[in-house]
Amino acid sequence: METAVTKTDTEDKIWGGGNQPLKASYGKMMMWFFILSDALTFSGFLAAYGFSRFKFIDSWPIADEVFNHFPFLHGVDAPMYYVALMTFILIFSSVTMVLAVDAGHQMKQKKVIIYMFWTIIGGLIFVGSQAWEWKNFIKGEYGAVETRGGQILQFVDTEGHRVGLEEIAILNSNSDRVQHDEKSGIWYKSEPTLPTYTIDEIRAGFAKKTDVLIRTQTLTAEGEKTILSREESLRRLQNDAIGIVEGANLRHNEYGTPLFANFFFFITGFHGFHVFSGVIINIIIFINVILGTYERRKNYEMVEKVGLYWHFVDLVWVFVFTFFYLV
Amino acid sequence: MAHDTAHHESNTGKIWKVFFILSVITIVEVFLGIIKPAFLVETTVISMKLLNWIFIILTIWKAYYITWSFMHMEGETKGLRRAVVWTAIFLICYLIFILLTEGDYVYEVFKAGYKSWDF
Repeated sequence: METAVTKTDTEDKIWGGGNQPLKASYGKMMMWFFILSDALTFSGFLAAYGFSRFKFIDSWPIADEVFNHFPFLHGVDAPMYYVALMTFILIFSSVTMVLAVDAGHQMKQKKVIIYMFWTIIGGLIFVGSQAWEWKNFIKGEYGAVETRGGQILQFVDTEGHRVGLEEIAILNSNSDRVQHDEKSGIWYKSEPTLPTYTIDEIRAGFAKKTDVLIRTQTLTAEGEKTILSREESLRRLQNDAIGIVEGANLRHNEYGTPLFANFFFFITGFHGFHVFSGVIINIIIFINVILGTYERRKNYEMVEKVGLYWHFVDLVWVFVFTFFYLV
Repeated sequence: MAHDTAHHESNTGKIWKVFFILSVITIVEVFLGIIKPAFLVETTVISMKLLNWIFIILTIWKAYYITWSFMHMEGETKGLRRAVVWTAIFLICYLIFILLTEGDYVYEVFKAGYKSWDF
């Protein structure tokens, strides 16, 4: 039963390793130093995100336009609500975790089981929500046009409301091009997924729709995207545009610079991975609690240690939430 | 540690209080993020919008509550607390300072038109 609380038989020998200046067990101390190094890793990512954002400070995508979905409210512009809900779920699972630690201090096995159960459920809901958020971002909403220089041009009507590609495109049924698959060529090579529309179909439709304008990435002094005049819109679409972007991946992003997508996928992905591993570790400890391991060991310090990790995951999310969705 | 188990009174009341504080801060953040009050957006403090400063300060406040209360940092010895917190704060401030300065410099270079990128 000495596996978690290390005893070295030196407790009374002050000059033989008997001192414990930090008054914390080995495991707990090392958990703290792991958390410190992990915190520095996340800070590195977030600072790199800050670097890229400062680099493109006047053309960064507006988060409220990117993350504005809410489950079962299709087509409703609901910025922030869903991510706020996710934040609450994670904070609440942190609360149940700290309640489990508290119950552990008082050796109340049943209470620890209940609280840890809710913590795991909260973590799973959070990871699921993150996946849903990714899905919406990858799928995109209105679609946009990309220029030769990698700039994104979006379509708006005269009142500034976004217009989707499907409302603009005039389909050209003569030039239908099929997706080239691995199985249909002799060299077993496939090509990237074809966009729904070609750039010529968008050009043809845009020329006819006189009330549609182009919005560039550049932010105005009021923090809104610049809308071009009709002539300028036509000129840019004719001269600069080379392709269609629908949704986001690591190379293209219909909402603006691909760096935004890169950092979003990387940082929330890394955080999501932490939540996922936190859930797994919680499940292992949860099983141990049910089996009565800590009851026999007469202390619940393991619950405290995984609790530290779990709170850290919440701590990181607080910062990710601020820098991706609020600022 | 084993000798801790006997004399631990319950902190449930305090836990719920901290949860309440964290929730209120989050609600304020979300509320400000949705309505974006004009005077907070227009006022600039140290080359950043006042609203963004408010978000960052509220976030650090939340981080303080999570670390001190939920992670029981207040109960640790001074040595452990300083080893973890001061190291993190010093390195993070340093990193943010150099990277944001550099980012702003690259922005100025782009803006000066030495490099064409909007075509």
